[in-house]
Amino acid sequence: MESAFLLPDPDDDDAADFWRGTARGELLVQTCAACGQRRIPPRPMCPACRSLQHRWDKLSGCGTIWSFVIAHPPLLPAYQALAPYNVITVALDEDPKLRLVGNLIARPDGAINEIDPATIRIGEPVRVVFQQVEDVYLPRWIVGRGQ
Amino acid sequence: MTSTIKDRTAIVGIGQTAFGKGLDASELSLACQAISLALDDAGLAPSEVDGLAMFSMESGREVEVARNVGLGDITYFGEIGYGGGAGCGAVGHAAMAVATGQCNVAVAWRARKRSAKGSRPWANVNARLGGSNQWTRPFGLLRPVDEVAMLARRYMHEFGCTRDHLANVALAFRKHANRNPNATMHEKPMTRADYMKARWISEPLCLFDNCLETDGALAVVLVSAARAKDLKQRPVYLHAFAQSIPRQHQVMTNYFTDDPLLGPSWACARLLWQHSDFAPRDVRVAQLYDAFSPLIPLSLEGYGFCGRGEGAAFTNDGALEWPNGRLPTNTAGGGMSEAYVHGFNLVLEGVRQMRGTSTSQVDGAESCLVTSGEGVPTSALLLRR
Repeated sequence: MESAFLLPDPDDDDAADFWRGTARGELLVQTCAACGQRRIPPRPMCPACRSLQHRWDKLSGCGTIWSFVIAHPPLLPAYQALAPYNVITVALDEDPKLRLVGNLIARPDGAINEIDPATIRIGEPVRVVFQQVEDVYLPRWIVGRGQ
Repeated sequence: MTSTIKDRTAIVGIGQTAFGKGLDASELSLACQAISLALDDAGLAPSEVDGLAMFSMESGREVEVARNVGLGDITYFGEIGYGGGAGCGAVGHAAMAVATGQCNVAVAWRARKRSAKGSRPWANVNARLGGSNQWTRPFGLLRPVDEVAMLARRYMHEFGCTRDHLANVALAFRKHANRNPNATMHEKPMTRADYMKARWISEPLCLFDNCLETDGALAVVLVSAARAKDLKQRPVYLHAFAQSIPRQHQVMTNYFTDDPLLGPSWACARLLWQHSDFAPRDVRVAQLYDAFSPLIPLSLEGYGFCGRGEGAAFTNDGALEWPNGRLPTNTAGGGMSEAYVHGFNLVLEGVRQMRGTSTSQVDGAESCLVTSGEGVPTSALLLRR
């Protein structure tokens, strides 16, 4: 079957554990087992101490909007069908220099084009939710801190 | 610190094909045509060429170029990666090869057939992503413009850059293209109102914040400074050259570093000015890589023409415009209004400025800065008369 969306390979060498985490509803960040430095995206070696050992720390899933775009056509067909839609970058609460790209949605099963772009603000607090697309769970974000 | 290549080589020939969309010629054919024209411009025979430097993305390989154009025995060849960051790099590598005696006559070029099957936007899309793309593409951050727009929004938020500043950039380059008969936008003037009502591509960026899509090719020929004195053209000396991959950089999506708005130009500029007799205040004309308009204020800051966060304001009062601006920039129209050949057209316009043959010639300019892509591992040249 031709996949409509571009999706991560859940067996990726460096990121498989991240995607296993999202499938369990957990936002994990790769952390150096030797010096404790966290790193996004995951990679084999710690740039601070060159250790090859790492662990995965579970984060709160809270952050703030660092920047965002509103994508308009021309786009890949599956994405064009949703356009205009938002893409946001989130600075994570545990360390604002750790950032993840995602989308702002209105409800846990909402679409990426449901938020009025005029209401999106840099600095707005957001929390993570996980949406299943085929066999992958993608982190997306909802405004606010509480459940 | 002394640069071992400072002023030791010169660009002595330039060549370019017509620019267009849907040209019949293949990318290899375009490359061969541009190189052939550049050799004629220099008055050198193809058999004298013994050095080649090109983009790794080039589809015509060195062996094919050499046997088509009838080049001699090649004793240096090198390829530079990362697309738009490679242009000045290819020229710089050619210069280093000549300066160190690895070859005597080197050519560097870029041919691009944007309309070819394999170059179409969604060609070779793989639905399952590994590596860095898996952190952006699934969420719909698909195109280079989306990746730059994310940084641009943050830059606008942090430093007060507005759409009017971005329009300053687009309008300046369009005006220069209107003076250049070879530019795609030669006969297409643009007003600020045209800019403001253009359709969005990736907010906050509209259609006119984007470069063109162009088929075409350009080439330069380099020899030693000593040899250059005996050739047809006024030599344009390669005064300084630098490349950079800044620490923790991620190509195009540099959001994962401590300070994403400190792009590759900052690291590149440090070495470039260290190796140069000129400072930014001495430079009166520049060709700055402009795949997207926000790269200009970021580059102005990175290369030291103004302070951090001041790049947007720098564009006010026609500062980028010929003839009265503080720093006439992209004087042939640049990637946004002349042609987008991965920035290599900026190298040729730098050469024309130093020869005194630009259609927007800056009087009395002794040097010209040329840069390659901001946001990717990059490179820059300082050319001088």
